[in-house]
Amino acid sequence: MKKDIILAGVGGQGILSIATVIGRAAVENNMFLKQAEVHGMSQRGGDVQSHLRISTDPIASDLIPEGKADLIISVEPMEALRYLPMLHKDGWIITNTEPFKNVPNYPDEQVVFDELKKQPHVTAFNADQVAKDLGSARSANMVILGAAARHLGLPFEEFEKAIRAIFGAKGDAVVESNLTALRKGAELGK
Amino acid sequence: MQKLLLLGDEAIAQGALDAGLSGVYAYPGTPSTEITEYIQNNKEARERGVHCTWSVNEKTAMETAVGVSYAGKRALVCMKHVGLNVAADPFTNSAITGANGGLVYLIADDPSMHSSQDEQDSRFYARFAQIPCLEPSNQQEAYDMIRYAFDLSESMRTPVLFRVTTRMAHSRSGVERRETRKPNDLKLCENPKQFILLPANARKQYKELLAKQEAFEQHARKDGFNRYEDGADKTLGIIACGIAYNYLLENYENLKCPHPVLKISQYPIPRADVQRMMDECERILVLEEGYPIYEELLRGYMNNGGRISGRLDGTLPRDGELNPNIVAKALGLPATRGEAVPELVVARPPALCVGCPHIDSYLALNEAMKDHGKGKVFADIGCYTLGAMPPYNAICSTLDMGASITMAKGAADSGLTPVVAVIGDSTFTHSGMTGLLEAVNDKASITVMIMDNSTTGMTGGQDSHALGKIEQICLGLGVEREHIRLLKPLKANHEENVQIIKEELAYNGVSVIVPRRECIQTLNRRMKKQQAAKK
Repeated sequence: MKKDIILAGVGGQGILSIATVIGRAAVENNMFLKQAEVHGMSQRGGDVQSHLRISTDPIASDLIPEGKADLIISVEPMEALRYLPMLHKDGWIITNTEPFKNVPNYPDEQVVFDELKKQPHVTAFNADQVAKDLGSARSANMVILGAAARHLGLPFEEFEKAIRAIFGAKGDAVVESNLTALRKGAELGK
Repeated sequence: MQKLLLLGDEAIAQGALDAGLSGVYAYPGTPSTEITEYIQNNKEARERGVHCTWSVNEKTAMETAVGVSYAGKRALVCMKHVGLNVAADPFTNSAITGANGGLVYLIADDPSMHSSQDEQDSRFYARFAQIPCLEPSNQQEAYDMIRYAFDLSESMRTPVLFRVTTRMAHSRSGVERRETRKPNDLKLCENPKQFILLPANARKQYKELLAKQEAFEQHARKDGFNRYEDGADKTLGIIACGIAYNYLLENYENLKCPHPVLKISQYPIPRADVQRMMDECERILVLEEGYPIYEELLRGYMNNGGRISGRLDGTLPRDGELNPNIVAKALGLPATRGEAVPELVVARPPALCVGCPHIDSYLALNEAMKDHGKGKVFADIGCYTLGAMPPYNAICSTLDMGASITMAKGAADSGLTPVVAVIGDSTFTHSGMTGLLEAVNDKASITVMIMDNSTTGMTGGQDSHALGKIEQICLGLGVEREHIRLLKPLKANHEENVQIIKEELAYNGVSVIVPRRECIQTLNRRMKKQQAAKK
């Protein structure tokens, strides 16, 4: 089993916490992992992406080849579209629809949504709103991860376990709100 | 032993600690920063008392590390590629002194300039200084090779350049730790003249360095990091350096390349292996993540043989980092690119953070300068370089660390007036102080704005040596007390700040203005920590 995942967003949106949970679940299941991250100048509000590769066999490249990604997981709708050249024709896009507008020429939201809808395999919803409704505005990331979980080739419980392990030190309340977000996302991702 | 999920940088840090490191000496710079931070945050390192505070600049870092080596202990020096330009003096001369305790220079190159102003290839520096160079292809290798680097340094009594590139530095993977070993005891070298580079000594030691070259190549051939992997299809042979090896294998089923491959992670590249490939293969493709250094050596300036391809004949792009697709194209494999990026997607360049003090400083400066015309504000390396972007469009230059002050002085010498230098607090102590002294002694008419956000911001908020010392330093360098002006960059103070800047622009001499307000990132982090502590 091998999954190549592009994580996308804007610097500061915290896409790496999604990667941490998937990575933990993969490593706990004795899979190989490579994850290329963006640090430095581009983190200051620029577009950021991470290449996350998990596989039961050894992985060569830290970067995913174009057209080979199984998934684009994005916390911002325009950023999801930026990585279409990376996506396999059978690949899925799981994205938040809440735009992050820090550039003056951000396109019309409706045009972005229409473009997303044109894609053959896409799950898109406002994860910020879902997280807010759950009473934990900061867990939009975990909602998106939940929606992506069924495409990741690992049993759902593995992601729950990973969340418990990663957020355990921050107390039960943090663990529970992240688990609730993950489960709600999974429901919406069906 | 346990497997850790580590960035390449972190694998290097852990590897150095486990190899008996006594101190890391570094100035922050992407993509090298995480090495020192990992050691700073490592419990075992703290308990062992491994030196890990930041250096003022790369030159002081490297010289201090040479001192550690002199005393017989192991030192790791970390910097980004352009930092090595700053440290070039101790770098090249320490090749002549040689090492005593293990001395490793970790240089992180940034091809494609993700966070840099050039993509210089540090393997050139290793060739220039004629010292061994190591370049791992994955995180485990990085962990293992750093110990080897210390061993090679001690056995050959030479500094070793350990080169990584952005993708190696900032990619995470599983790493298995080995047993740890103790740091060296204090032990001076047997030859008391080794570190005295008087010409008479230096001539002798340079001959010794030259005599070591053959051994360096033999080590590269035999110590296991370079490998000749045979392949049935000899129409092509491939020399794959560093992480280019991964991009090559990515293109083949089960990671098996049908052509002979010479995997290179240690330099100088062994001639015997290259000769074998030249004898066996019709054509040779050289994959280098960086400049076409060995490609040019193999083909010669005039490419008389015509059998070598790579970046110089257009088989690969001349600039930028490699990736699996670029390598696929060079191998004649089909493109796999998915759908095009829709036209509606616009660029999202990095920008100053919301609440950043530099925003208020630039708004005030722009207003104070608005009647003086464009092209008179010289900037430096740091977050405030983003003042080049709209809506500020505030600066006319960014050259290297410290050049704002000296370039402004040169422009003032040439009659440009008024001129302003914009430099951050950490950059000022890194390389700005000497230029300021020169401006004072020469009575130049410049206004220096030291943007004091009390941290090294661009690289994520490391300690600044300038903290609490800027006014004293400026006074000590001879700036007049009444022309050192402190201001707080806030919207509410805008009019007052514009007025202060205007007053100093009118002064015919060296003025220093210090807009002081903490970086919004470090402030937020501090507040979060305080809140967590209260709970």
